[in-house]
Amino acid sequence: MAEIIVEHAVKKFGKFVAIDDVSLTVDDKEFVVLLGPSGCGKTTLLRAIAGLGMVNEGRVLIGGRDVTYLQPKERNVSMVFQNYAIFPHMTVFDNIAFGLKMRKTPRDVLQERVETAARLLHIEDMLDRRPGTMSGGQRQRIAVARAIAYDAQALLMDEPLSNLDALLRLEMRAELKALLGRLGATTIYVTHDQIEALSMGDRIAVMRKGQIVQVDTPTRVYDLPVDHFVGSFIGNPPMNFMRASVQKHDGALQARVGDLYITPPDYMLAALRPYEGKDIYIGIRAENTEVLSQPGAGALPVTVEVVEPLGAMNLLTILIEDNVLKVSTHPDFPVVAGGQVWLLFPEAKIRWMDRDTGRAITPELEQVVA
Amino acid sequence: MTEATVRSEVGSPAPMTQAVQAARRRAKMRHTLRRASVYAVAIAIALWILVPIWLIFTMAFSTPQDVRSFPKPFYPSPFSTDTIEFFLNTEGVLRSTLNSFIVAIIALLLSTAIAMPAGYAIARFVFRGRDTIRLGILSVRAFPVVVLAVPLAVVFIRLGMFDQTYSLALMHTALTLPTTILVIASVFMGLPYEFEEAAQVFGCTRLQAFWRVVLPLAVPGIAAAAVLTFVLSWNEVFAAILLTITNRTLPAQILYNLDKSGDPYKFAGGFFMLVPSLIFIFFIRRYLFSMWGQLNK
Ligand SMILES: Nc1ncnc2c1ncn2[C@@H]1O[C@H](COP(=O)(O)OP(=O)(O)OP(=O)(O)O)[C@@H](O)[C@H]1O
Ligand SMILES: [Mg+2]
Repeated sequence: MAEIIVEHAVKKFGKFVAIDDVSLTVDDKEFVVLLGPSGCGKTTLLRAIAGLGMVNEGRVLIGGRDVTYLQPKERNVSMVFQNYAIFPHMTVFDNIAFGLKMRKTPRDVLQERVETAARLLHIEDMLDRRPGTMSGGQRQRIAVARAIAYDAQALLMDEPLSNLDALLRLEMRAELKALLGRLGATTIYVTHDQIEALSMGDRIAVMRKGQIVQVDTPTRVYDLPVDHFVGSFIGNPPMNFMRASVQKHDGALQARVGDLYITPPDYMLAALRPYEGKDIYIGIRAENTEVLSQPGAGALPVTVEVVEPLGAMNLLTILIEDNVLKVSTHPDFPVVAGGQVWLLFPEAKIRWMDRDTGRAITPELEQVVA
Repeated sequence: MTEATVRSEVGSPAPMTQAVQAARRRAKMRHTLRRASVYAVAIAIALWILVPIWLIFTMAFSTPQDVRSFPKPFYPSPFSTDTIEFFLNTEGVLRSTLNSFIVAIIALLLSTAIAMPAGYAIARFVFRGRDTIRLGILSVRAFPVVVLAVPLAVVFIRLGMFDQTYSLALMHTALTLPTTILVIASVFMGLPYEFEEAAQVFGCTRLQAFWRVVLPLAVPGIAAAAVLTFVLSWNEVFAAILLTITNRTLPAQILYNLDKSGDPYKFAGGFFMLVPSLIFIFFIRRYLFSMWGQLNK
């Protein structure tokens, strides 16, 4: 019912295009995470949806209503501001209750909602205090509580947990997700935190330089990035990319990385044929590379440069020609820096990318074009 | 750098330590000197202002005989309110004090009422000619009233507004408005726009956002600006003399009688001119500091 639709939105600041023809549909009750590097226009997009700073072109629809030219008040959205914007002259209670008071909510309902929101964010002890002297994390929680208590059709959250310590963030993430599920609010959630994005979002929208590059489920964004940028932006460590040349070898089309020849899976052959004699990128996730401590069939011998124990796994840094590779192993895997291991690249886990455009080479796409 | 690190870096520790200590002594000396000179200047400025004020206070609370005597006493002995009483009982003083009050209050109200929206517009809206208007306001401030004296008097006489309390109040409003607008604009500029935006998202119209969020936060600053207006009007004498004859304000009255009266009258008058300003400035000094900080930005 309350889906958010942005159609071909353009937002300019003078000559600078902050939002460049963005279209995005967030379904009713859906939780979409907006992810992208600093300055890519995430806040600008949220503000455009909220009605703060009108779009120069395009439309915004909320719940089937064209709100492009409506005031923020008339859009029935709620928002967590990146800089909190909680009111210093009001108590925490009045801050959280602000929107409800404006709507003339009955006193008992208001009281209840404020207290619920405050409890969820662990600020129920501070309701009588003024935010003036509070820490960034406390203010941020007030801002989130205010947004949740308001109960709008659409909830826009701009890095709502960015200022909390790791432990609190972990807890808040789960509780927020559960609560938002119960409320059934349509949510757009901006974050820099990869784990937050992957764990909370029904879908992730990846932005870059004012454009939305990919909108997909977390697993697809992680597994099947549409281009080099998404692959190297999502995931920690990001996807490894190696320069490879496509050539005929032993009568079949193969990708050569260093001394290693990788045979593409059959469904990729047609798509890769036009690249014969050219260079491409092949991408593979750290955990999809198989690391062997002994030589194996088709395995590439490499030297380990760095070993980083991360607790749940060990991260190895490996150089293959001038490509830096990060691969992960079980923490018990026996290896030291300078030691030798053998790598296997499962073909099905390899992502193939055009070197010039950075875009993924996919079988479907090629067939559509052909 | 601590001595320990110096020592560990250098082979022969003893002479190096001495050099470091000498350098430290010199730095300390320079620091002390700099502070001393700052204090000296500050004390000089303070004395420059405080000595006359002290003199006025002393005189105002001495007996008229003491005031007329020479050399004058440096503190009230005996303490007496005779001089003040004498001044207050002088013909026209009470009425002109009341006039001053009325004029200053009207000027304060009008000036604040106009400067609030004007200052808000300058602070928040990007409109064509905004900078020109700002500059215009500043240059009005620099414009000498003396030049306007005769035309103003003529206009006021023609309009039948001459020698009226309210017309002087209008004049003072016009004179103080530039300052008030700029001060109030700087108060609004100091408030993040995000507060208003948040209020708008949570159900306020622009106007409601102003009333509920901006105004409460701006009130101290606006009050300071209003008080400034009051003090400016209270002390203003040129327009007061120019535009009124029977309805004189206090400074006009004092100035008018200055050469006809003795020292007790002058000092008591000075006291009455000074006190309201001092009281007000005492109460708003915190805001004045923060405002000037912002104006300097
Ligand atoms: N009011 C404005 N005037 C001019 N340029 C602006 C304005 N607001 C944002 N921009 C520019 O638009 C671009 C996008 O800004 P935005 O705040 O949306 O980035 P963001 O993705 O939210 O970044 P971050 O992750 O750091 O919060 C930036 O380059 C910024 O400089
Ligand atoms: Mg942002």
